[in-house]
Parts: sequence; C-alpha cells; structure tokens
Amino acid sequence: MYPLGKTIYQSFTNQEFLAGLEPTKWVGLDNYCCGAGSLRHDTVFWHSVRKTIEFTVITVAFEFVLGLIIALVVNSNFKGRGAMRAVMLVPWAIPTVVAAQMWKWMLDDTFGVVNDFGTRVHVLSHSHAWIADPGTALASVIAVDVWKTTPFVALLLLAGLQVIPKDLYEAANVDGASKLQQFWKITLPLLRPAILVTLIFRTLDALRVFDVFYVFFGNRPDTQTMAIYDQSTIVGDGHVGYGAAISVVIFLIISLFVIIYVTLTRVKDE
Amino acid sequence: MNTAAEATRTAVRPISRRRALRKSPFGRVMVKLPFWLLIAVIFVYALFPFYWAIRSSFTPEGKLFRTPVQYFPSHPTLANFRGALSASFFQDALINSTIVAGSVTLLSLVVGSLAAYALGRFRFRGRSSVLYLMLSMTIFPQIAILGALYTMINSFHLSDKLGALILSYLIFTLPFTVWVLTSFMRARPGDLEEAAYVDGATPLQVFYKVLLPLIAPGLVTTGLLAFIAAWNEYLYALSFIQSPNHYTVPLAITSFVSPTGSAFAVPWGQIMAATVVVTLPLITATLVLQRRILAGLTAGAVKG
Repeated sequence: MYPLGKTIYQSFTNQEFLAGLEPTKWVGLDNYCCGAGSLRHDTVFWHSVRKTIEFTVITVAFEFVLGLIIALVVNSNFKGRGAMRAVMLVPWAIPTVVAAQMWKWMLDDTFGVVNDFGTRVHVLSHSHAWIADPGTALASVIAVDVWKTTPFVALLLLAGLQVIPKDLYEAANVDGASKLQQFWKITLPLLRPAILVTLIFRTLDALRVFDVFYVFFGNRPDTQTMAIYDQSTIVGDGHVGYGAAISVVIFLIISLFVIIYVTLTRVKDE
Repeated sequence: MNTAAEATRTAVRPISRRRALRKSPFGRVMVKLPFWLLIAVIFVYALFPFYWAIRSSFTPEGKLFRTPVQYFPSHPTLANFRGALSASFFQDALINSTIVAGSVTLLSLVVGSLAAYALGRFRFRGRSSVLYLMLSMTIFPQIAILGALYTMINSFHLSDKLGALILSYLIFTLPFTVWVLTSFMRARPGDLEEAAYVDGATPLQVFYKVLLPLIAPGLVTTGLLAFIAAWNEYLYALSFIQSPNHYTVPLAITSFVSPTGSAFAVPWGQIMAATVVVTLPLITATLVLQRRILAGLTAGAVKG
C-alpha cells in the first residue's frame, strides 16, 4: 500500500529522476490539469488510452465468446476430455513475452507461417506485414492475447459450468426443451456469476496490457498502451512526477471499469 | 414365420429418423463428426504456435529463411539450441530467473502461510479489513506503483540488482498467496489443531506439525502460481534492470541479436530454441500439477 500512496503524492510534484537538476517541489494539480504540459492536453496519452480501451473491448469480447464455446464443448462427455483440459493449460503456462515472440515470428512478413499458409490456401493474395502495418497492428496483438488467454477464460467458465446441476437439463429434456432453449434458459443464467468474475478479471488484465505491445512495437507512438506510455515517461525520460500522475489516471480508469461492472451486477440482482 | 414376425416388429416400433441415424455405425460418425472436428480445431489452435516454435528451433538457420516455408524440418539440427544456450546473457538469465522466482516463491510461501494462519485461525480486530485490503492490492495494476517503486529502489541502492525484482514481485505474489491460503485454511476443520492444543502444543508447533501438512496441496498450487508469475514478469524487469548479466528470462528472450548486429536479420532459430527451453519446464510442471492449478485458479478467481 505504501508505494501506492507514494505514487499519489509524487503525482502532485515535479519530481525528476535525474536528481540535482532541480529540487523536487509541490506543484499541486499542475501535472493533471490546465497547464500546457498537463495530462489534460497530452494527446499522446489520450491516444494510448483509446488504443488500450479498444484493445480491451475487442479481446475480452473475443475471448469470452470463444472461451464459452470451448467450455461448452469440453464440458460434454467425451474420451480424451482430460487431455483436452491439459492442452488448454499450455498457452496459459507460456510466458507472455515468449508467446509474443512466437507469434512475432509466425507473423513475420516474409518467412512467417501465417503469410505462407494464407497464400497457400488463397486467403491472402500476397504476404502482408501484419505488425508493421498500422491497419493490422492492433489485430495482430489481439490475436496473441486471444490465443494466450482464451483457454484460461474457458477453464474459468468450465468451472462454472460444472456446478450447474445435471437434473435441470434432464427435466428440460423431459419437458421437450430444445438444446438452444436449454442454453438460454438454464446455462446462461446459472453461469452468470462465473461469467462476471471472468469478465472482470480479463478486463482489468487487458487494461494494463504491456508485454505483448512492447515486444511487438517497442514504444512506437501509434501503438502505445497506457502502461507503455507511463513506463517510458518514468523510466525512459525520468519524469517521475508526471509519470505518477499518469499512473493515478490509469488507476482511476481501471477503477471506473470495476465500478461499472459492480453496478451492472447490482442492478441486475434487484 | 420368423422373418415376417421380425418385419412387423420393426414396423410397429416407431423409430425417428434421428435415432435411426444414431443406430447405424456410419450415422453415429456423421452425428459426432462436427463435434470432433471442433475438438480438433481447438487442439490445433491451442498447440500450433508451440509446435511452430519447436519446429523452428530444430530447423537450420539456412532453411528457416526461405520460402515456401517448410512445415516439418527435413534436416533437424541442434545448432539453434547450442547457439542459444552458449549465449552468456541467456545462461545468466536462466540462473537469474531461477534465483528471483525461487526466492519470491519461497518468501511468499513462508510469509504467506504464517499470515494465512493468523488470518484464518485467530479472531482479531480488523481481520476482515486486512483481508479486503489484500484483495484490493491484487487488483491494482503494476504500472500504478512503478514510479514510486522506481524511486524507492534507487534510494535503497537496489537499482540493476536482482533484489529489486524480488522486492517488487513480492508486492504482487504475497497478497495473492495470503488470500488463497487463508481461504484454504478456513476450509479445513480445526479439530486436529484443538487436539494438538489439548496435548500441550504451542501455536507454532501446531502450525508446523499439524497445519502445514494439511495445507500442503494449497502450498504447492500457490507456490507454482507465484513462481510462474515471477518467472514471466516483464515490466519491472525491463524498468529496473540494465546490465545484460542481470537480465531475467523475458528480457533475454527479447534481446537476441544477429551476430552481424543487423536489425533485419533476427536470429529466429535461436530465439525459438530459447523459447522452447524456458517454456518446457513450465509446461511440464503445469501438466503434472494440472488438477491443483485448476483448483487454485478457480479458488482465487471465484473469491476474487
């Protein structure tokens, strides 16, 4: 907790890492508001916020839908279900940075397997520089994150699926409900707690994304996330005070998402 | 007449088309086929990138950078592994990461289990607020405290030292460990401990002799999760470590350069070999402890 308090304090100062240049002094809200160099007018920062939120919404949506499908498939009884679950843990166990490197190589513009396979089956007419092209840059990081985290989402949802009592489905079968009806009327409502936990988990995680973006783009300005901008402000440029202000804003943005989720569930519960 | 009787019997029993389809072996395959296809797709999707890393690590450099791409190495070689493992910064990184992740795991287990003992077994004022504080600490993002940690580490003269990483990783692994172990401890009945107290054991003895063996599965799970978290961490390592001989594995993986130093000739073969080397132990451990990890993840998630 102490570091968090210290960050908040620092955000009201003009602290610089290269000590001795200027004594650190209290600057009030200058980092946040109003001045020319304040966060409010920092277009780079707000661009990174937009990118991060874009990334978060798309990845969480994909991961949720794919994860749910996988969870439903694995939840049915079949031979090799155990093996399947083990396989699903593989992407989760691979370090994010390593996964990013693996994909970076797969997406390589000349020797990458994605381009090769794509042109072989004629989905692509020619090789494409997925990572370098700003148009597909975001899509390529999303692909990595979806690959790495969907199985995890599926496992969380699967845990939720397994506590749904089986006799509910039997009763529905007797009443002649179709599989689709059963899904909407039994599975989804009963899965809601698990879904919520998963969504909150993943959203918070995606909002602080750093590793994949950094490995793919370094701190290329058009594809920075909030976290990368903050890190390069603090460590790269040594603007500790200003960086702390960014940290606080990131923290607030993330809290905002938590509050939204919590109120949404409250409203639904009533 | 035998055949006539049989014919009428089948005619009498109404058989829906669907069931008829299920009955014949061919029909059964047809019904099940989309399902198995889906399973196969999931399998390939989950494993292909890892397969690709393995195939690239065994493919000689010359074959790697050639189109059309080979899907299976025709002349497998160990040269990439030799190259990766002989790079001194990668050797150092393996050792450094083991030291960092090992000590983080050990420290969080020791401190975490003691704290969980206190929180799970003793009633005291502010217990639930401590627990909720712990929980909130697992939620806030690493980046939120980067600035403060950065200045703290420099004032402790820990900059560019492994100690900086151990310290900062503990901030994240400890709350998680305490939280999971506490819920684990609460789920165990207290009878055994009471019996031990009656026999005159001290609280510390009870902790070592009775509780620790009881929560051993929880320790394994949280230990492995803490280890993986510390082994994989990138943001802090990137921020606090500068010299290559203090690199951790994620830093090392991203700093392979070609012998010529050209930015365009990335030695992907070696990188993939390094990738395989660092992920194999993790995957093996995960698969061996599969059930426990699942339990730990869901326990942390459902309550978190």
